[in-house]
Amino acid sequence: MKRAKWLALFAVLALVLAACGDGDGDDATATTEDGGAVATTEAPDTPDATEPPDEGGTAGQGGELLLLQWQAVTHLNPYTGTGTKDIQAASLVIEPLVEYDADGLIVASLVTEVPSIENGGISEDLTQITYNLLPDVMWSDGSPFTSDDVVFTWEYCTGSEGCGSAAFSNVTSVVADDDLTVTVTFDGPTPWPFVPFSGGTEPIVQREQFTACMGEAFVACPANLTPIGTGPFMVTEMRVDDTVTYAYNPNYRKASEGKPFFGTATIKGGGTAEDSARSVLATGEADYGWNLQVPPEILAQMEAEGFGVVDVGFNTSVEAIRLNQTNPDGDPPSDYSGGTNPNPFFFENADLARALSMAINRDEIAAVAYGTAGTPTCNVWPVPGPALSANNDFCLVQDIDGANALLDEIGYVDTDGDGIRELPDGTPLAWDYVTSTNQVRQDTQALVESYWDQIGVDVNMRNEDAGVFFDRASDLGIWKFFTDIEMYTNTAVGADAQGYFSDYQISAMPESTNDWGGNNIERCGSEDLDATWAQLASTELTDPARNQLVIQINDLIVAYCVIPLINRGSVSAFSIELEGYGKVNGWDTEFWNIEDWRLSG
Amino acid sequence: MGRYIIRRSLFAIPTLVVIGMIIFAILDLAPGDPTSQLPLNVPVEVRDRIREALGFDDPFMVKWLKWMRLMFINEPLYAINSLFGTCFVECPEDLDRIISWSSRTPAFDIIIERIPQTVWVLGLAFILGIVIAIPVGVISAYKQYSAFDNIGTLVTMVGYSLPVFFTGLLSIVIFSVWLGWFPTFYTTTHVVDFTSWDSIWFQIKQMIMPVAVLSLFNAAALSRFTRASMLDNLNEDYVRTARSKGLGETKVVMTHVMRNSLIPVVTLIALQVPGIFAGAIITEQIFRINGLGQLLITSINSADIPMVQTLTFLFAFLIVVFNLVADVTYGALDPRIRYD
Repeated sequence: MKRAKWLALFAVLALVLAACGDGDGDDATATTEDGGAVATTEAPDTPDATEPPDEGGTAGQGGELLLLQWQAVTHLNPYTGTGTKDIQAASLVIEPLVEYDADGLIVASLVTEVPSIENGGISEDLTQITYNLLPDVMWSDGSPFTSDDVVFTWEYCTGSEGCGSAAFSNVTSVVADDDLTVTVTFDGPTPWPFVPFSGGTEPIVQREQFTACMGEAFVACPANLTPIGTGPFMVTEMRVDDTVTYAYNPNYRKASEGKPFFGTATIKGGGTAEDSARSVLATGEADYGWNLQVPPEILAQMEAEGFGVVDVGFNTSVEAIRLNQTNPDGDPPSDYSGGTNPNPFFFENADLARALSMAINRDEIAAVAYGTAGTPTCNVWPVPGPALSANNDFCLVQDIDGANALLDEIGYVDTDGDGIRELPDGTPLAWDYVTSTNQVRQDTQALVESYWDQIGVDVNMRNEDAGVFFDRASDLGIWKFFTDIEMYTNTAVGADAQGYFSDYQISAMPESTNDWGGNNIERCGSEDLDATWAQLASTELTDPARNQLVIQINDLIVAYCVIPLINRGSVSAFSIELEGYGKVNGWDTEFWNIEDWRLSG
Repeated sequence: MGRYIIRRSLFAIPTLVVIGMIIFAILDLAPGDPTSQLPLNVPVEVRDRIREALGFDDPFMVKWLKWMRLMFINEPLYAINSLFGTCFVECPEDLDRIISWSSRTPAFDIIIERIPQTVWVLGLAFILGIVIAIPVGVISAYKQYSAFDNIGTLVTMVGYSLPVFFTGLLSIVIFSVWLGWFPTFYTTTHVVDFTSWDSIWFQIKQMIMPVAVLSLFNAAALSRFTRASMLDNLNEDYVRTARSKGLGETKVVMTHVMRNSLIPVVTLIALQVPGIFAGAIITEQIFRINGLGQLLITSINSADIPMVQTLTFLFAFLIVVFNLVADVTYGALDPRIRYD
């Protein structure tokens, strides 16, 4: 009798639970139908049409857009923020003058056209660039956006009280010629002028709001969490390291075109990359998931559920092994000292670098550690196009025998029979190989160690916490480089090879005398490299010789300073109901075109 | 008793100061730099300026005294003044506060944002755990080796031995991915509107998995403890006396045995309260509840030392307070214990 009662109770409970489940399902369908209905009314407005029909006032009718960034947003000001996660979140609100599209090309954002020498926007001597701002653009608070705000952004970012963006280091003045014209002057010929005010990292901030954020107030200014912008959305609530909620901006310049489609947007943080991927791909709860560094087989399994698709965006990010050109055991350690402290193994040693590179199976590293998120590369400038070097492609095919032969040829042989080769002076080829603590990097380390083991080279794998490894003041950090080999990723700002390669100057080497400033971490320097870069810096953007110079510099760096491994991409997942996002933009923020995102019909 | 409480409270102050000093010193010695999260291309002068603005390069003693002043004087003053809208000593807006390195906002503002979700989920799981554990423990002991006791033992053993990160993931896979009943993450921005069923239902749906998983874990340990304590008492002479003078079974068990058995249980519960906050770090990560535990993890990852110091100190403060509470309730429940 008693047992029967219990059974009945369980049965009722099960029924109730099942009913709840059904109710939930109904809810979900209702929302989809809702979205569908909205899209149908807008059917004549095809996503690609630049001039939509008179469908005024449909902006913000698409409901909620749920974006997942498992690395939660800390800040909404790229100038004070702590990384890509913050730059992305800020880009829904504040915009630059020009931005990068998904192919790495400069496109107009708040200006009428991209300045060039042909249209008179860039001066003949390459020292000035003039932007014509779009008329009638308003900040989300309804006040007009003018050239004065652009000038203010420069003031905010320069001087002793500035935001300190490196983009303005060679800018001497920013002048408002009139309300809609602004001229940027550089301290010398600058063939690539699209650094200040370009891309999600360098947006325009409002003078009225940010005047209070200069000087001492720079650090803890409330505007850093709730900026006013010209973009498609405005911040309604900012919860640090948790959730940002946005509402569409009714003053947005494309509001009359029905953009943005979504009424609200939410960026939710927390959990892991795998959790984010699951919520977009396996349960269909969210519309977008960012930076999904998930083992390839798990991602593929989730994608098979059919709620979303995975896409990868590439840029100049290259994971590479760095060979210290200075001696970490010298005095002072790892100090260039005018070239008097060379590394006993790697200093300008192209043959050794080549042998080490040949021994590596990059396809295997890509498949095991990166999946779709990485492709093998042999260059530090991996961008497809005329500036891509084909001179290092030998590295794409692993050649252990070739590497062994090369080492034999240059006289690095195993003389004492311990399986490790020695330099002619008897020093064994054994080094510390350091990187940051991260599963992908440790997998890569283990593979590289196994390849090098086959050519008689011994490495001691070490990893440091990212907070220490990327700390300029730390003795274990990449700048001091108190070891022989490091591995990390470096990325150019935008598609600017010149700015990127300016780091490989003798003057940019971190040394004890300059407080370890400068970013020439490998201490990769030669008169040749300096001279080629100087030539690049004075060659016009449209001059085909530029591509040749980029290739030359790339080849010089790859010759003995850097062993490139993988061109890393950013993996994102999109709900199948989402359209209009195009492809993942690796060059700029992935939300660069969020005003075009919409639900499919 | 009153004097005892006052004496213990006063003694807690030096304890907290010493704890604060140890926490500060350990974290300050840890490597880490407020600018290590910045992109590589940020110039060294900018990094230096940020470090300087955050007071990173000050000598240890200066930093420590500054932190002590902020923690023990400014933050309580700020709380009092902003709560009552007063300007006692200094107005809230003029008070220096503990600033988080990564978000550059006052640490306590973020902590206050995080408290609701932590208390909602973990508090509920804790209470639910107690509500389940005590009856289960009492019945298991009274009907020792019965079917109920055996099943109860099995369930509590399973609950106790399976880690939360396993049961949590399992429940997400079953109830979110396969069945689609509950969300895989917790929406902290949801404000519960008690007049709307939809709103309440939404809150229940997002809390049900973490609460269930955590209360299973909490209840497991507690019910074992209750059962053991009950068994000790059931065989005592006073129980036989009570029965022999003709008291009903209910009265014997509920009044005599339970009251005596629950004394250590209540102490255990009080001591577990601070553990709710600290111990829920894993649960919060799994269910993506951005509460205090998750805040601690992100702060550690971004080397946000002021935030880590503040949170750790808060946990330490709770431990000290609830130790006191445990001692006091012990005295209140057991007339044999007198502190004065």
